[in-house]
Amino acid sequence: MGQKHTDLLRGTLDLLVLKALSLEPLHGVGISRRITQITKEAFTVSFGSLFPALHRMEERGWVEAEWRSSDNNRRAKYYRLTSAGRAQLKDEARRWNQVVKIMAAAVQST
Amino acid sequence: MPKRILSIFRNLFRKRAIERALDDELRSTLEALMQEKMEQGLSQSVARREALMEIGGIEQVKEGVRAVRAGHFVEDLARDIRYGLRQLRRNRSFTAVAVLTLALGIGGTTAIFSVVNGVLLQPLPYSHPGSLVGVGLDLPGINQFNWPLSPAEYFTFREQSRTFQDIGLYYTGFGGNIYSVNVTGLGRPEHVPALGVTDGVLPILEVTPLLGRSFTREDDEPGSSDTVMITYGYWRSKFGGDRSVIGKTIDIEGKPSTIIGVLPQRFRFLDMTNLGILLPLRPRTQRGYNYFAVARLKPGRTLAEANADVARMIPMQLERFPEAAEFFKEARIVPNLQPLKQYVIGDVGKVLWVLMGGIGLVLLIACANVASLLLVRVEGRQQELAIRAALGGSPGRIAGGLLLESLVLAMIGGALGLLFAYGGLRVLIALAPSDLPRLNDIGIDGLVLLFTLGVTILAGLLFGSMPALRYAGVRAGAGLRETGRSVSASRKRHRARNALVVIQVGLALVLLVSSGLMIRTFQALIHVQPGFTAPTEVETFHVHFPPEMIKAPERLVRMDQAILDNIEAIPGVSSADFSGAVPMDAGAESDPVLVKDHMLQGQLPPARKCFWVSPSFFRTMGIPIVAGRDLTWNDLLNKRPVAIVSENLAREYWHNPSDALGKQIGGSPKDWRQIVGVVGNVHDDGTSQEAPATVYWPITDSDVFLGGPAFAIRSARGGTQSFMNEVRRAVWSVDPDLALYEVHTLDYYYTKSMARTSFTLVMLALAGAMALLLGIVGLYGVIAYSVSQRSHEIGIRMALGAQRRDVLKLVVKGGMGLTVIGVGVGVAAALALTRFLSSLLYGVKPTDPLTFVVVSLVLTGVALFACYVPARRATKADPIVALRYE
Repeated sequence: MGQKHTDLLRGTLDLLVLKALSLEPLHGVGISRRITQITKEAFTVSFGSLFPALHRMEERGWVEAEWRSSDNNRRAKYYRLTSAGRAQLKDEARRWNQVVKIMAAAVQST
Repeated sequence: MPKRILSIFRNLFRKRAIERALDDELRSTLEALMQEKMEQGLSQSVARREALMEIGGIEQVKEGVRAVRAGHFVEDLARDIRYGLRQLRRNRSFTAVAVLTLALGIGGTTAIFSVVNGVLLQPLPYSHPGSLVGVGLDLPGINQFNWPLSPAEYFTFREQSRTFQDIGLYYTGFGGNIYSVNVTGLGRPEHVPALGVTDGVLPILEVTPLLGRSFTREDDEPGSSDTVMITYGYWRSKFGGDRSVIGKTIDIEGKPSTIIGVLPQRFRFLDMTNLGILLPLRPRTQRGYNYFAVARLKPGRTLAEANADVARMIPMQLERFPEAAEFFKEARIVPNLQPLKQYVIGDVGKVLWVLMGGIGLVLLIACANVASLLLVRVEGRQQELAIRAALGGSPGRIAGGLLLESLVLAMIGGALGLLFAYGGLRVLIALAPSDLPRLNDIGIDGLVLLFTLGVTILAGLLFGSMPALRYAGVRAGAGLRETGRSVSASRKRHRARNALVVIQVGLALVLLVSSGLMIRTFQALIHVQPGFTAPTEVETFHVHFPPEMIKAPERLVRMDQAILDNIEAIPGVSSADFSGAVPMDAGAESDPVLVKDHMLQGQLPPARKCFWVSPSFFRTMGIPIVAGRDLTWNDLLNKRPVAIVSENLAREYWHNPSDALGKQIGGSPKDWRQIVGVVGNVHDDGTSQEAPATVYWPITDSDVFLGGPAFAIRSARGGTQSFMNEVRRAVWSVDPDLALYEVHTLDYYYTKSMARTSFTLVMLALAGAMALLLGIVGLYGVIAYSVSQRSHEIGIRMALGAQRRDVLKLVVKGGMGLTVIGVGVGVAAALALTRFLSSLLYGVKPTDPLTFVVVSLVLTGVALFACYVPARRATKADPIVALRYE
């Protein structure tokens, strides 16, 4: 995700992060890798965008963070979706689908 | 969102903990990434480098996170202010110049605003001042406006009004003579400023006495016992604040009167400051249009409704006084009700808003100057800014920081400016014309402080936005790459500063033209012959005989004559007289004057200025006798029906002054007087007004003026203390109980008539001088800076054979180009703006070409000098040194 598209894609980034966290709590690198995976390597999120987004979502109460040990016994900060975050994910996904439908119709119209 | 506010505080106080957590998180992320890379078979050092690259700069990520963290704003602010202060401390001379410039601008603006606030904006010190109105009449038929009322109107309005809660009549004296009474029985006889009121006045103003009671309607009835109220100041000074003063008796005009009340300390009647005594007006014993009125409107009633109400009541007067029908028809009486505040302020608003505008321009120039300084400084800080950008400072953050530095600068300037204003206000009040109303209400109060704060912030944003906008977008690489070595500075960078110089020169021109126009006005006023000569040598004063003496006018004449004889015996007195009023003291009356062979049926004759004078009035004042003769004691003592008119009155009716002699004029159809002399015109309404057509009657026709005459003495010793002491002895040898008051030279009244013009002149000239100084400093700064930037280029030019003259021309041409554009812009702006001055000007048009040309030339000349000094320095530079220096 290029710096230039930040504004356009900020909503998208939030949606992707929420989606990535919807299965299980992850740390920063985990979220980055999960996004790459679920977008079939179409998007890579820079940490310069990811961390501010995570902290912003934490401020808003969509995610909670806790320190725990990772698979190979290293401590890492794990982010977990809160119930508000789940509601947000549902909401944003619905809106996104709407936009996609409208845009698809608009582009296909002659 | 209380939770969010809580988190702001938590973040503020737990800043360090949060920073540590962020560090931990980033470190663990780095480790996780390295682990990943090493698992792919990379060496530790390679893995570390790649991991760092993937994160993309730890500091940038941190800045990004900090920026979203609640509380980051407050935290950044505190840090930026600290940083800004450090920057300002580091550049002491820059800070000093900028702060001083701002303090001048903000201080001046604050001082003038405190005057505007005190005089124009502050409500009168009464409760619910909005529903208080002054009640007057306009008589467009005989060209008289804002006339006072007579007791007859008062009674009608009091009884018949539907819009007034109540109306009160008050008396402050007529013409320029302030009402005052002789008080005896309290030590030395005294003449105390007084106010006559009907019982309604104090309740209307919602003033309750500190001690005792207010006047009742009974006090106002003729025949009731004499009562008096005293002001707080008089109570303190005469009775030492003795609370048992109620019920005591003092002699007022020789009549024992009982003190019934003391007014509270904060009581002030309209604009009267040294009031001592309040007396019942007793309207049933009074007549004549000598009284002003104040009324309080019923709740919800508007001024327009009250005006309509009074218009409805005016014809009722006619039913009461059918004999005045002709006067009523001719005068076409209409109501003139105004908010009471408007009555107090009068027309001074115009002057004050012009001064406010002028000082506002000075502040703008000051801002332009500081903006210019800041642009230079921020250029010098390019590298620092570039480093901050490279370390992850967002453009917004850097611009915000620059803006904040400017605001800090503005705040320091504003604080110092407030001190300046405090001092300047004292000078200003001392300089202010004595007819400036509400002088005592001027001060620095909450509203003024708020204004200063607002102006300071606005100024800071104004001059701070230029460097902030200009250098916020500095690219990390660009700034870093560019070291100190710059060839000729880029044009673009100069454009902003050049624009500022043009604005400064233009604004300075506007102010200089304004003060130039005032100077021309003042010149024109001084060149108007007032009608009298050498006013500094004419000493004048009033005396006041007790009113019961007016019943014996013969005795008054003898007393006045005795005083005059004693005065004439003083060595060095060349002439003396007594009269009802002194020219320009606003004491002359305006009365209709009939002219026998120019009577128009059913038409009221126009009002003329009327003086009541004794013989040698004209000699004492230095008014020339154009035709005929002066009055004689024979005329006065034998009550011969004679009068003297001014030259313009004579020409109006008979074309030739000498043709007026022997013609008949009069104050009423039963009282004809023969014109025996024609005298020169006198500008009694001030030099800026046309000399009014004037009639001089013998003073023996007016018992009132015989009882309170103004003496005038022409002597080369006039105006000295020793002379006045001799005059006092001369008066007291006739009656030791007489108090002399309003002791002034004729020149005092002459100067006073121009006081408002000279005040405006001094203030605008001060503003103009500040503008010129700041503008020139600004121009000098720009030229000097561009010379220092171009020393390399100039060095090359000179090495290649350019003559000093060529270099001089090159530099000066640059500066003069800006000046000429600035002058052009300024002339255009001045042409548009000076018409706001037109009501203050006399004998000069707002577009006076001479003023515009001279000011433009002077400004250009000074600008030339400002360019020449740095240009000369440039040519002095040794080309070798200039080249090596870089």
